[in-house]
Amino acid sequence: MPDSVDPMKPPEPLGQLPKPVVEVPSLAQVGREPKTGVTAAVLRKIRTTYPRSSRIPDFAFGVIILLSAISVFAIVVLVVWELISQSRLSLHQFGIEFFYGHDWDPVNGNFGAMPFIYGTLVSSFLALLLAVPLAVGVAVYITEMCPQRLRAIISFLVELLAAIPSVIYGLWGIFVLAPLLREYVEPFLARTLGWTGFFSGPAYGLGMLAAGIILAIMVVPVIASITREVMTAVPQNQREAVLALGATRWEMIRMGVLRNARIGIVGGIILGLGRALGETMAVTMVIGNRPEVAKSLFAPGYTMASVIANEFTEATGDLYLSALVEIGLALFLVTLIVNALARLLVWSITGGTARVRG
Amino acid sequence: MIRSFRVLLCLAVLATCAFAETNLNGAGATFPNPIYSKWFNEYHNLHPDIQINYQSVGSGAGIRQVQAGTVDFGATDGPMTDEQLKESKVKVLHVPTVLGSVVPAYNIPGVSSDVKFTSEALAGIFLGKITKWNDKAITSVNPGVNFPDLNITVVHRSDGSGTTYIFTDYLSKVSPDWSNTVGKNTSVKWPVGLGGKGNEGVAGSVRQLPGSIGYIELIYALQNKIPYGVVQNSSKNFIKASLESTTAAAVGVKMPADFRVSITNPPGKNAYPIASFTWLLIPTTPADANKGKILKDFLFWMLDKGQTMTEALSYAPLPKPVVEMEKAAITKQVKP
Repeated sequence: MPDSVDPMKPPEPLGQLPKPVVEVPSLAQVGREPKTGVTAAVLRKIRTTYPRSSRIPDFAFGVIILLSAISVFAIVVLVVWELISQSRLSLHQFGIEFFYGHDWDPVNGNFGAMPFIYGTLVSSFLALLLAVPLAVGVAVYITEMCPQRLRAIISFLVELLAAIPSVIYGLWGIFVLAPLLREYVEPFLARTLGWTGFFSGPAYGLGMLAAGIILAIMVVPVIASITREVMTAVPQNQREAVLALGATRWEMIRMGVLRNARIGIVGGIILGLGRALGETMAVTMVIGNRPEVAKSLFAPGYTMASVIANEFTEATGDLYLSALVEIGLALFLVTLIVNALARLLVWSITGGTARVRG
Repeated sequence: MIRSFRVLLCLAVLATCAFAETNLNGAGATFPNPIYSKWFNEYHNLHPDIQINYQSVGSGAGIRQVQAGTVDFGATDGPMTDEQLKESKVKVLHVPTVLGSVVPAYNIPGVSSDVKFTSEALAGIFLGKITKWNDKAITSVNPGVNFPDLNITVVHRSDGSGTTYIFTDYLSKVSPDWSNTVGKNTSVKWPVGLGGKGNEGVAGSVRQLPGSIGYIELIYALQNKIPYGVVQNSSKNFIKASLESTTAAAVGVKMPADFRVSITNPPGKNAYPIASFTWLLIPTTPADANKGKILKDFLFWMLDKGQTMTEALSYAPLPKPVVEMEKAAITKQVKP
């Protein structure tokens, strides 16, 4: 506390305050001192007797903040604990085999999570593959090349995409996207890229490809808005410096903006990936819900979130229920591993110095 | 964000406001939810001090909650197994309320008339053994219909459901192959096909995919005017599903004392073969005697007045003898 301020002295009226350069009243005083009466007297008393008493509110604040931080940790621990305890039956019955078993037969009580893990990973990565270039493109256009008036409109539309409920995406997927894929896109892909094996088999419209596209549309706004924020935060003089060196606009964006913003962009991608991994409703409606590991993207698949949503309510029998909870555990583990890998990737890019957003 | 938070808060406050009335809570099957809501609402109008709440969380959840005693009654589309009854903390009486049936819906380009299906054809299609629409098993019973040389795409329910239970129960009865390889449950390991979520998911996919076939509830098909096929019953008659033919399915079946009966593939000339009861699960010794009395009164009302309201919502009413049998059983078994 600056010794030039005497807490015992009532503050002078505002107009007569000396210039702040000379005498700065402490923050606590500005806030509290106008109060008169008992409280003010007690506060004044405390401050004179214990000059370092501002530690008390600071301490309380610190404790509250710490508790909030711990609560996140506690929630995660509780979730894991609950998942493990509820899936004990299935863990005991199938052991580690559950995670690579291919069978999902509720009638005979055989459960394996592999088709669901595969479906979740493939649909999510397909979504990122489609969404990242698009989202970064949108963000670059908005921040670097867009006329001021259009900027607000495009930003608004991107945010609108994020606000559409997933069941609407699902319905749109069934009635608009799937017929489009079945009639035009899938026959075309089968003709041109059928030899790769990724685009073969009967074209239902519904399937892994449809799920990937729906997810891509859903994660674009997440990635685009974060990328836009990060790119806006890149200082203007970075751009000017690159341009001054004779760079073209593309070179300026690549070297001056994207390079500086890359950590934030990766953070946005990780957030988008999180959304894709956990998305349930829209995916369930278009993926075809068939627990199978198929190479072709035309084939129907199944994701972990979908099978839980589909079968949990009508699951009769303890083992069946327990297997579904273990799918939840598998989803948790997969999310954890994917996020850890993404962070490792960022560290390897930045040499371990930067922190990831998200 | 903040606004939606406020709205939520208001709702929460409203929800916790206690009214001076007796609340009964039930949970279970989704299929009879519309008629149950109607009944509970009508009953509330008659007795303004009684409010019966029903959560349509699914048969599996309904059974679990009744077993644990966390609800006053449950509801299910498939009867509880012996094992589930044994595990249950409370003794439970199955009370059939209405009937539902499941119909095959299809999308065959160029075919508009009602397609007839034998039980062998249906089992063959869903087993993946019949793969073309112009297969002999289909064409032989549909003379005069010109079937295209088109692959069959099977669409089934992806969510666990009583509809799937009824359909697979039927296939298990008519096809030894099905019962050995797939079996019956609310979800099964389907040999072929795509999964659609809910009746609307299956119906939507069928409408979209040329050459597809799926199964949906009769009530959904009627309300949405979806054309559906005709199925051969055990007397070799081809029967189109309707409320009458669904009720007829329940007439010829011998009803056991605990009402846990499957009426798929029943005897009876006019019986539609893919039909089932849906049940309320009533604890025979309720924890709260007052609530038990109310529930009992409701059941009698449901069996008399309630049955006249079913057809307006496309549910098939119970046959008369079953109603009488239920009344006797409720009087005798449900306390107080």
